Amino acid sequence: MDLDFTEEQDMLRNSARDFLSTECDKATVREIEEGEDGYSPEIWRKTAELGWQGLMIPEEYDGMGMGLMDLLVVFEEIGRNILPSPFLATVALGAPPIVEAGPEEMKKDILPKIAAGEAILTLALTEPSAGYSPDCIELKAEAKGDNFVLNGTKLFVEYASAADHMVVVARTKSGGDPADCITLFLVDSNSQGIKIEPFATTGTDKQCEVVFDNVSVPKSAVIGQVDKGWPIVEKTLKIATVAKLAEMCGGMQAVLDMSVAYAKERVQYGRPIGSYQAIQHMLADMFIRVFTSKNILYEAAWMAAEGMDCDAKLSTAKAWCNEAYKKVAEDGVQVHGAIGTTRDHDMGLYYRRAMAAFPTFGDTGDHREVVAQSLGL
Amino acid sequence: MDFKLTPQQEALKKEFEDFFEAEMKNAPEDWVWGLEGLFNDVGWPFNVYMARKLAEKGWLVRPWPEEYGGCNAPMMEQLIFSDVIGYFCAPGVDPLGVGMIGPTLLAAGTEEQKREHLPPIAKAERFWCQGWSEPNAGSDLASLTTRAVKDGDDWIINGQKCWNTGAHRADWCFTLARTNPEEKRGKGLTFFILDMKTPGVSVVPIVGMDGSTHFNEIYFDDVRVPSRNIIGEVNGGWVITQTTMNFERSSVGVISGVLRALNELVQYCKETTLKGKPLIEDPHIRHRLAQLAIDIEVGHAMSYRCGWLQEKGDIMAAAAASCGAKVYSTELWQRTAFTGIEIMGLYGTVAKGSKRAVLKGQFENLAQITPGYKLGGGTSEVMRSIIAWVGLGLPRIK
Amino acid sequence: MDFSFKPEQEAYRQEIRDFIKKELPPGFEAGVGGHVESDEEWKIARSMTKKLAQKGWLNIAWPKEYGGQNNHMFSVILNEEMNYWCAPGLDFGGVGMLAPALMAHGNEEQKKEHLAKIAAGDVVWCQGWSEPEAGSDLPNLKTRAVEDGDDYVINGQKVWTSLAHHADWCFLLVKTDPEAQPKHRGITFILVDFKTPGITVSPLVTMSKERSFSEVFYDNVRVPKKNVVGQVNGGFKVAMTAAGFERSGIYRIALALRNVDRLIEWAKRPQPDGTVPAKDPVVRQKLADLYIRGRIARLLAYRVAWLQTQGAEPEWEASIARVFGSEFQQYAGHTGASLQGMYGMLMRDSKWADPECNMALQSILGIGATIAAGTSEVQRNAIALRGLGLPRG
Repeated sequence: MDLDFTEEQDMLRNSARDFLSTECDKATVREIEEGEDGYSPEIWRKTAELGWQGLMIPEEYDGMGMGLMDLLVVFEEIGRNILPSPFLATVALGAPPIVEAGPEEMKKDILPKIAAGEAILTLALTEPSAGYSPDCIELKAEAKGDNFVLNGTKLFVEYASAADHMVVVARTKSGGDPADCITLFLVDSNSQGIKIEPFATTGTDKQCEVVFDNVSVPKSAVIGQVDKGWPIVEKTLKIATVAKLAEMCGGMQAVLDMSVAYAKERVQYGRPIGSYQAIQHMLADMFIRVFTSKNILYEAAWMAAEGMDCDAKLSTAKAWCNEAYKKVAEDGVQVHGAIGTTRDHDMGLYYRRAMAAFPTFGDTGDHREVVAQSLGL
Repeated sequence: MDFKLTPQQEALKKEFEDFFEAEMKNAPEDWVWGLEGLFNDVGWPFNVYMARKLAEKGWLVRPWPEEYGGCNAPMMEQLIFSDVIGYFCAPGVDPLGVGMIGPTLLAAGTEEQKREHLPPIAKAERFWCQGWSEPNAGSDLASLTTRAVKDGDDWIINGQKCWNTGAHRADWCFTLARTNPEEKRGKGLTFFILDMKTPGVSVVPIVGMDGSTHFNEIYFDDVRVPSRNIIGEVNGGWVITQTTMNFERSSVGVISGVLRALNELVQYCKETTLKGKPLIEDPHIRHRLAQLAIDIEVGHAMSYRCGWLQEKGDIMAAAAASCGAKVYSTELWQRTAFTGIEIMGLYGTVAKGSKRAVLKGQFENLAQITPGYKLGGGTSEVMRSIIAWVGLGLPRIK
Repeated sequence: MDFSFKPEQEAYRQEIRDFIKKELPPGFEAGVGGHVESDEEWKIARSMTKKLAQKGWLNIAWPKEYGGQNNHMFSVILNEEMNYWCAPGLDFGGVGMLAPALMAHGNEEQKKEHLAKIAAGDVVWCQGWSEPEAGSDLPNLKTRAVEDGDDYVINGQKVWTSLAHHADWCFLLVKTDPEAQPKHRGITFILVDFKTPGITVSPLVTMSKERSFSEVFYDNVRVPKKNVVGQVNGGFKVAMTAAGFERSGIYRIALALRNVDRLIEWAKRPQPDGTVPAKDPVVRQKLADLYIRGRIARLLAYRVAWLQTQGAEPEWEASIARVFGSEFQQYAGHTGASLQGMYGMLMRDSKWADPECNMALQSILGIGATIAAGTSEVQRNAIALRGLGLPRG
């Protein structure tokens, strides 16, 4: 057993923290949130220079060839600092299917671009039924000659408005096991027949509705094999869940740090509020939530990184962190008093992100059910 | 013991319900519940409209004496009114005017002050805001530092207030300022009322994390207030704030608001399929909805008990009970908001205004607003301390 | 980062399981922390202790110079398995508390006289610390030790003393300087032979109908001065060493993990009314949640052990593991009992009780979990003050 990060990972963390606090302070976060694009092209370029977009892209495609634990380190810092951007969408949702199963031509073409910060991607998976299981996929892809024609609606597609390409999860067969009928396509966002509309969400994370109206894509756009796409989605969701969990843990840590600092400095009735036991116990519980969340995340991520069977463990972590971040954020506001409810205070930035993270890639109920199944119940 | 309302109370309740049922149909298309529904650009005109309607019916200030527009309505009738208006989430009752300064004037104002200020409130012609909290005086309100200095027959006020609900709409303000700098706490405070149009008064919105702007800061910059606008004695302002003990504070309107939200949520679950399953058939969701229903029933009973204790004049028991009701109802509100957005899954993250928003995005919004409920009007921690000291007789820490 | 156990650790775990299977009578189940009730059960417990000692396992976490293997991980694994299978025999008081205190603060004579016997499982020790007026506020203890020649004469009363009715010796905290400020500076750590005249043990019965601990009355008990461990009036420090050795809290967690596993199996079985609880979505969610908490609790305990192997002395991490683990134990018991419905009220001796899964008892056993050995409130204070640096009230 070794529960420490490596020296390299510690260095990665420190440099990520420095970079983010310099390039994306909270004023910048708010600026980006209020802007049209929802991200800063300049910061996007700089993270590419650091190699972040290519972190898990193999070296042969100009990536860093690093692993999931390294990705976790970066995402924890992103969650702690906050970086509104299509980073998770590109690195944890769009790129992994291509790395996993894209045809060689596609990999050679797009992966270096992603690594260089020249391509923004996302995954178009969920639909108005808002579920992550294969039976929730209704968008059709019909083979027509050398092409496939896509028809249907995707909903809650993160940063589709910024993406050059989308990995689209479509149904190519009907009847039988829903998991056997799914095909993944790499689709150019500018394709004829695509309509993208972002809508306002709690996390100001450019969630979009994407309508596909007779969108024609060449056969070469297929990722992996026809009808065999679902396992790729599952693998991708593992990576995305680790990334999201790391963001959540980073965010929780930020809330804890902020709340403890405030409790030490805010004086009412002649003493710091952090000297009142009610506040102390609330913060002790917050600490317990942050600590337990990180530990279970690290274990789950390590298992995933080692290629171990970890569905139940990842679900364990998401179920736990969902409830933990929700309460951490709630108590974080409570410790700060009224200012914690305002837009100008940083607490609100994390509170909203805790809310947004809850159903993303499965809510508590979904993940507890995965655990229940793993127990043979 | 008898939990039934009297036939007279039942009839009154029905009258209230019929009125609000009809009037709420006049609510504008994008009107929303809560404080935003009172004070934002869509809500304010409707709020004023409802206030005038209530005034016309003589219902705005029923608990007040007849000479000021009321009918001396007993506490239980106040509860019934709050219960019904809370269920309909209806605007119209100015919480600071009708709810606070009115009763304060009745308890502690001079005849002159009552005659000058009560009728405009009763007629919904004048709206009020409260200038109490300051950046460094939240829970520890008595330590506030806004200063009032005597100048002839007037007082000059300088300072900054915050969390002033609806100050951007208010005509008048009731505030606390320090008139004796030697006394650092309650003993040095005076209770003033002032016209918001007085030179030197400026209002700056505080934006909530959801973008709402019903809270404000008020800046007093050499604001001149005549002595006759002092309620009670100079340096006797803190005592005046304690008269709030006698107002209706059962939180019944909060509870019935939660019930309303739950009913909408249940309806949504009946009509909606997510992830391929009808929501209302999901046992887990059913349990969560049922638990909320239970919590609401319990809250309702608690609130009526509070009202009962107040009516009987059992001040200490009522004080502890109402603190309990405040904590309970506000924490229930937050739980309800979160249950709602969690049931909605990804749709629970869609903000109001979007065509994909569920139930007008009100639950997504409430999840961001309800934390404030546990803070405003006394934080949950302070409430629990009061329950411990006053309700349970536990020793106060020095 | 690496969350796996080493092959030798996995092998050791299996060895323990085989040992328990071989040595423990089938169906035998001890209570929390290996507690047993009847004399017959006590005999079995003692024989288990001796067998563990023979294997060199009893004191496996001790430093090598004192005959141990300096292996905290092995110790936690042993504790986990023994408590998961409800096997008695481990010696928390003697091996886990007194011995480390002697090693750090005892003199050579004391070490020679006591350590080997503790390692051999030959002596039963009890801990005489808490008093009616000194629970969380231990320094407020009043049991008085007054100098008289070469001895101390001790008068007072202790409470919550586990194993007192079986004990051969006791490590006692007494007040030697009632005027000392702060109070903890007037406390002395002294070893008492329980055969000394003047000691009366009066067992207390818990809600679970077990004599889990006793009141112990000291009436002019004469103890030689040479039995003082460390400095006179320096006993609090010795006590902190004793309390700081075994920090993971794994024993409660293991017991609770067993309960969760039992519940999972129970849920799969058709009930008297024909229904299968595992098919009920609400039951599934609750069991999944319990399982999740259990995995996290276990992880926290092993993290503490791992930190100790790194030479660290985990403080707030240990507090977190303790409070999380004990609350998990309590929550698992209550949730389990309520899941079992009416059957969740039946104690083990009822003919209607499920023989494989008795949450009624487990639920009651969990009640003291948030109180014993540092209440949840005290743990949270420690986390707040030491883990977060918040100011004292």
